Amino acid sequence: MFKPLLKLLLISLSFTFFSLSAQAATPSEPLWPTLKVAYFGDREIREDANDLLVIEAPKRAEDAAIVPISVTSLVPQTADKYITNIHIVIDNNPEPYSANFSLSPKLGLIDISTRMRVDQYTFVRAIAEMNDGSLHMVSRFVKASGGCSAPAGKDAAAALARLGKMQIRMRKPSVGEPVQAQVIVSHPNYNGLQFDQKSRLYIDAHYVKKINIRYNNQELINVDTGISVSEDPSIRFTFTPMEAGTLTAEVTDSKNQQFSHQKEI
Amino acid sequence: MTNLFSLLSGLLALLLSSFIAASDEYDVQQVTTGIYYHQGSHEEPSASNFGAIANVGFIIGERCVAVIDSGGSYLEGSYLLQELRKITSLPVCYVINTHVHPDHIFGNAAFKADNPVYVGHEKLPAAIASRESFFSKTFKETLGQAYTGTEFIAPSLTVSIGSPVSLDLGNRALTLTAYSTSHTDHDLTVLDEKSQTLWTGDLLFMSRIPVMDGSINGWIKTMQELQAMQLNFVVPGHGNAGSTEWQQGLQKQLRYFSGLRDEIRLIIADLGSIEQASKQVGLDEKGNWELFDDYHRRNITASFVQLEWE
Repeated sequence: MFKPLLKLLLISLSFTFFSLSAQAATPSEPLWPTLKVAYFGDREIREDANDLLVIEAPKRAEDAAIVPISVTSLVPQTADKYITNIHIVIDNNPEPYSANFSLSPKLGLIDISTRMRVDQYTFVRAIAEMNDGSLHMVSRFVKASGGCSAPAGKDAAAALARLGKMQIRMRKPSVGEPVQAQVIVSHPNYNGLQFDQKSRLYIDAHYVKKINIRYNNQELINVDTGISVSEDPSIRFTFTPMEAGTLTAEVTDSKNQQFSHQKEI
Repeated sequence: MTNLFSLLSGLLALLLSSFIAASDEYDVQQVTTGIYYHQGSHEEPSASNFGAIANVGFIIGERCVAVIDSGGSYLEGSYLLQELRKITSLPVCYVINTHVHPDHIFGNAAFKADNPVYVGHEKLPAAIASRESFFSKTFKETLGQAYTGTEFIAPSLTVSIGSPVSLDLGNRALTLTAYSTSHTDHDLTVLDEKSQTLWTGDLLFMSRIPVMDGSINGWIKTMQELQAMQLNFVVPGHGNAGSTEWQQGLQKQLRYFSGLRDEIRLIIADLGSIEQASKQVGLDEKGNWELFDDYHRRNITASFVQLEWE
């Protein structure tokens, strides 16, 4: 009588431990200290820099494949003091270092947004690098999406069929007035986890590496991007055209394919 | 020591009772002669519902049985098999998966003993391969013990778009139809010719908010096609099966997505953002659906990035 009972007790105990260890598998150990050293070495980073930057992201990733993230600066860019780069780090993604926005002081206020894949519960960080070399960070915690959501795309065939198609979307701007613009490029942004039906092999990572945006041949924004960026990468930004001219967006992907699009203003 | 013992016994009793209760409560209902389904609960998958949130079931022929969607966990698959065995001793010759989502395919391994042919859309194998690592990581945690035994089994018999496949269960023919991108990029329906019963998979959600994981335009088109069908019974992916409600359900789902699409198109034309759309679109639908807050914004996000390319 006692022996089977003991056995059951042991089983029930192991169930309990199993569920505890399963919960521990959710990334709870902070990755940031390691990532910080990997990406920024021993440089000091001022945390909670809420006087300088605002980062917005949904509290819960509605769709693991598309999480809108925006960063705005509270301090105007001036010739003496300006943000040169904004680095986006998503701690628990397969490749945490997700984007590096190089920003021109000509942009005025920084107001950028993009769409990222978010695999699991994670901190999303924006680290601003100033022209004096100092680093300032803001972060948001994003809960993973539930249910059937997966970072893989929804319709690989459709994304591939449109590959390289681009749009620059904006209102008719007035000279000297800030205007919001959006650059989108259709690209499957394969992160190496998608599977090809015909060859029965995983498709090599094939993603947009660089989006370069210029106005009258002066660079406004250059974004180095990786596999965290969603299918059909999108960059929104605000700039102030000081004269009539041409807005140009050039995209380079990991196979060195190039796509470009222009808009006369 | 005594305290520890009583604590452990208590724990044991709790665990045992929860497992026993779950298997006792699991039931299937008859849709019509030879067709049974278990109705999933309108909840998020969890350890306590062992992923049993979708409609799963089986059709019995004179020679053998076809299982249509196998459950949201290995545990649910095994409960479904138990119910099936209470009704028939015929072997399971087919396990048909309507699409890749965990609540429809995670029970596949529970039917391995009968060595069935696994059947799905031609794009299902790719969909499984692309999601396997993500789903296994996430659902091991979500489902706990119920996940144990779950395997990703890809179909060996696939159905191509435009070429329906007929399966015979012994004096009972099933017609399997593969769709172009709708709820997912690999939706499959099963029509029982004898009773004119259609298993829609997640092309139709009743009561529970539908989730768009494919193409909003494609799904709207498919819903319009389904509306034109003459059917005696419908088993939706979620919600009540039956002979009459489905027409209304389809109408309601079509209205939801058409409304979403109209409003998002206006926001895109006005150069608005996803964030803006998430805050405004479709709020009048809130009272119409279970789990609205969990999936509505996701539908907006997913639709928005597609409609940007029209």
